Amino acid sequence: MNVSARKDGKKTGEIFLSSSSRLPGKLFPQPTSTLVIPYLVSLIADFCVILRSNFSDMSTETIEKPALTPKDFATDQEVRWCPGCGDYSILAQVQKIMPTLGIPRENIVIVSGIGCSSRFPYYMNTYGMHSIHGRATAIASGLKGARPELSIWIVTGDGDGLSIGGNHTIHLLRRNFDVNVLLFNNQIYGLTKGQYSPTSEEKKITKSTPMGSIDHPFNPLALAMGADGSFIARTMDRDPKHLQAMLLRSQAHKGASFLEIYQNCNIFNDGAFEIFTEKSSKPEEALFLEQGKPLIFGATQNKGIRLNGFKPEVVELGDKYSADDLWIHDERDFYKAQILIRMFDDPALIGHLPRPFGVFYETDRACYEDVMTMQLEEAIAQKGKGDLDKLLKGRETWTIS
Amino acid sequence: MADQQEVLNEVVIKFAGDSGDGMQLTGSQFTNNTAMLGLDLATFPDFPAEIRAPIGTLPGVSGFQLRFSSDRIFTPGDECDVLVAMNAAALKVNLKSLKKGGRIIANTDGFDSKNLRLANYPDGVNPLEDHSLDSYEVVTMDVTKMTREALKEIQMGTKEKDRAKNMFVLGFLYWMYNRDMDNTITFLTEKFGKKPEILESNIKALRSGYNYGDTTETFTHRFIVEKAKMEPGTYRSIMGNQALAYGLIAAGQKSGLPLFLGSYPITPASDILHELSRHKSFGIKTFQAEDEIAAIASAIGASYGGNFGLTTTSGPGMALKGEAMGLAVMLEIPLLIVDVQRGGPSTGLPTKTEQSDLLQAYYGRNGECPMPVISASTPSDCFEAAYEAVRISIQHMTPVILLSDGYIANGAEPWKFPKSEDLKPIEVNFKTQLWEGEDKFQPYLRDEKLVRPWVIPGTAGLEHRIGGLEKQNITGNISYDPDNHQLMVKIRQEKVDKIAQHIPHQKLDSGDQKGKVLVLGWGSTYGAIKSACVELRANGFPVSHAHLRYVRPFPENLGDILRNFDHVLIPELNNGQLIKIIRDVYMVDAKGYNKIMGVPFTRHELIDAIKAVAEEK
Ligand SMILES: Cc1ncc(C[n+]2csc(CCOP(=O)(O)OP(=O)(O)O)c2C)c(N)n1
Ligand code: SF4
Ligand SMILES: [Mg+2]
Repeated sequence: MNVSARKDGKKTGEIFLSSSSRLPGKLFPQPTSTLVIPYLVSLIADFCVILRSNFSDMSTETIEKPALTPKDFATDQEVRWCPGCGDYSILAQVQKIMPTLGIPRENIVIVSGIGCSSRFPYYMNTYGMHSIHGRATAIASGLKGARPELSIWIVTGDGDGLSIGGNHTIHLLRRNFDVNVLLFNNQIYGLTKGQYSPTSEEKKITKSTPMGSIDHPFNPLALAMGADGSFIARTMDRDPKHLQAMLLRSQAHKGASFLEIYQNCNIFNDGAFEIFTEKSSKPEEALFLEQGKPLIFGATQNKGIRLNGFKPEVVELGDKYSADDLWIHDERDFYKAQILIRMFDDPALIGHLPRPFGVFYETDRACYEDVMTMQLEEAIAQKGKGDLDKLLKGRETWTIS
Repeated sequence: MADQQEVLNEVVIKFAGDSGDGMQLTGSQFTNNTAMLGLDLATFPDFPAEIRAPIGTLPGVSGFQLRFSSDRIFTPGDECDVLVAMNAAALKVNLKSLKKGGRIIANTDGFDSKNLRLANYPDGVNPLEDHSLDSYEVVTMDVTKMTREALKEIQMGTKEKDRAKNMFVLGFLYWMYNRDMDNTITFLTEKFGKKPEILESNIKALRSGYNYGDTTETFTHRFIVEKAKMEPGTYRSIMGNQALAYGLIAAGQKSGLPLFLGSYPITPASDILHELSRHKSFGIKTFQAEDEIAAIASAIGASYGGNFGLTTTSGPGMALKGEAMGLAVMLEIPLLIVDVQRGGPSTGLPTKTEQSDLLQAYYGRNGECPMPVISASTPSDCFEAAYEAVRISIQHMTPVILLSDGYIANGAEPWKFPKSEDLKPIEVNFKTQLWEGEDKFQPYLRDEKLVRPWVIPGTAGLEHRIGGLEKQNITGNISYDPDNHQLMVKIRQEKVDKIAQHIPHQKLDSGDQKGKVLVLGWGSTYGAIKSACVELRANGFPVSHAHLRYVRPFPENLGDILRNFDHVLIPELNNGQLIKIIRDVYMVDAKGYNKIMGVPFTRHELIDAIKAVAEEK
């Protein structure tokens, strides 16, 4: 603690605690009468309570810095997406949840590649990098490795993250850097004006496929599962509440979070997800996953998913089946997550399964950057801090006089 | 016992055998032993591209050339005095580089009918027996048999025993050059300490080789090369890639920035990744990425975060990194790209040397994309070149390319290593707050060097966004304005050009300031050019030599130097790259001398080339 004298004769000093879990026994090197605790968000209010009870002999004063609002996360840059683009809703929800995270704005970094979606960082008043096509995941890997304390959000598209950057996406997931990947899936290349993407459905007519696409599309979540992603979820631009909840879950997960967001491109692929997002069809076609709850959907919550062996099937709730017969969702079940992720039927097919939304899978696995840091600490513990002169000298020298 | 000794001025030995014969280890052990005696030396390892080409075949031959001398030397030598041939293929591949009258030490077991056939000798022909080697002094010994004999009491398979063959040969050479073997015994003990049989077999073989020389009196006398007259000081032996890694570590320490290496393995650059990975106690983070693009991208991320990000690669990897280098140029952040060049194009000649990535380093990116280029000229010079490259990168907020090549990367030489206190400090200034009178942070507001501030995430109040789209001058906001783009292109160029004001003037390495012929070189041709020039001048032929470290931008006085000579000769291990730039920048009628054979210049061919330009009118 550096103590300095003020004009009024009082002395002040400041202490910065890097951890709240283990308070040092003797916090103040000098007798102290008043404790001033500035705090940013209400989360820390609990911490003030702890401090107060620990130092009850002092009078405490807390100064609450006004909590940030979504507006504080907006920039002065004009948002340039097409009117009606799903990206607007995603931006709004991200700006909404950011002030609630308890992370100082300067510690948040948004890294994107290239695409309509990748314009995102310009609209967020945090640190940000709009990089090159497909490489946001790789850049973020280096940034997280270098600065593990930063909260890093990767914004990428279905082309950016799964086509040109597919390689980096899978490697980021398997390494499990603690970052959040937001994959804006509009099943089209928006920025380049409407070519099919790796998630576009077969036979799709686009500028580059006048006779229909002959590519078989990716199921992005299956890819993430295959790459041993430790958090895998899906949401949609048109359901702000669910989107917010999924953003919060992504952030809460320690490890690489892969969140696929169905995003409407109303210019080049309008209505791609309509069947899941519109009021009229959503209840029948979208299945919302909730931890520990049975898989129920339908206009009147009248249907459920039951596992018949390894095969999921739709059943009517009523005389024959009740909620007790249904698949109970468990985000931690690795094997069932594989089946759930494969519920990816074309909604045009008769007898198709509904498309699940929510957290499919979550597991705890060591994060790359933590182990990387640990290895450095271990090396220093074993050999001592690197000594440049010793290194340059090496083991065998000779002297010429 | 041969206790007579012949003092020689210098010796060039080539150890050659199958790639499984351990010739690289034998060579490097002999090198260390030589270095410790205070001799000047230079090495040239030459290995096959395939890890295990079929045993006994010509492509499977692995060689290690070592020259040691009591004079200062600058190359591993054009020809060798002694050729150690572990098999017929090794002899066939290397005979052309043996001096007439030179010595061949041949392992007869490697010249049996099977080995002769694999080496493509016609049926019934054995060079050891058909007098075709009469102009050489041939010493034959059955290394395999004698090694097995020496190890007969050790309980291990014949195959394992045969692995110690190289130690027998090494022992023999230690006898021949009157050395003591302590350093190798220490080395073996550290390496095989946990495997007592292997340790014992290696030491036994080593000693038997020595004793074999002693008892058979193969030569009537032994050979000695005296200490070199080198600058006083303390020396060690160092290889180029190792020196380069040390230069990076030193720059990290002196700048106080943690190093972050993103790299994807590729010959001949991988050893830098290996070396840096061993020094985690210096706080160095190494990341073996999924490809070269991710490697450079991760380094960009690390630099953006306030580490010093760097990436190491060779030609094919450089090609992949181009787009990301452009991003770094736009972001204007520190970053180092190390290119240890090899023969190209495409996969080319992975284990052979070449200087053919210069134009790629200069121009190989989309758009107007200037980057400083630095080159290293000898194994130990890799240290200083790396240090300087990092310094420029940090102080001028720019990605920098450092060019090395396979020849110096794997070559070794004595190094009068510096003390850390003698290294120039590298100052780092993160901007952490608004200056007085500044009401808004302007990410692209520049100082007199045209350098923008380095602000890293975590700095409250200076949040901002950067990216690869063209930026408005000063604000850094996206701008498609035509005048602004022209302005920014010019600024980025000028910023790199201005570095010339912050680097030393070009000096002549040797020769007069003015005259008939100037040889201008860059990179690993240093030793060969220097040797050629020294020899020519010793014979009364006036020639000067300048060697470039700063290839982009050039030192400010380079033009003046060039114009002081009637002829400028630019020898390069490529099809003429620096020469294009020199002609373009200075409009001088430089002449090229080019070799694109995957091997370095010899002194002789350069002498001829220099004489030839001098004769032109
Ligand atoms: C190396 C490179 N190749 C191609 C492009 C052109 N390009 C820019 S964005 C894009 C596709 C974007 O699609 P997606 O990632 O789905 O983003 P969206 O625009 O749909 O949000 C392409 C092909 C580029 N910028 N860089
Ligand atoms: S093209 Fe499509 S994705 Fe891009 S901004 Fe317009 S609506 Fe959005
Ligand atoms: Mg898209």
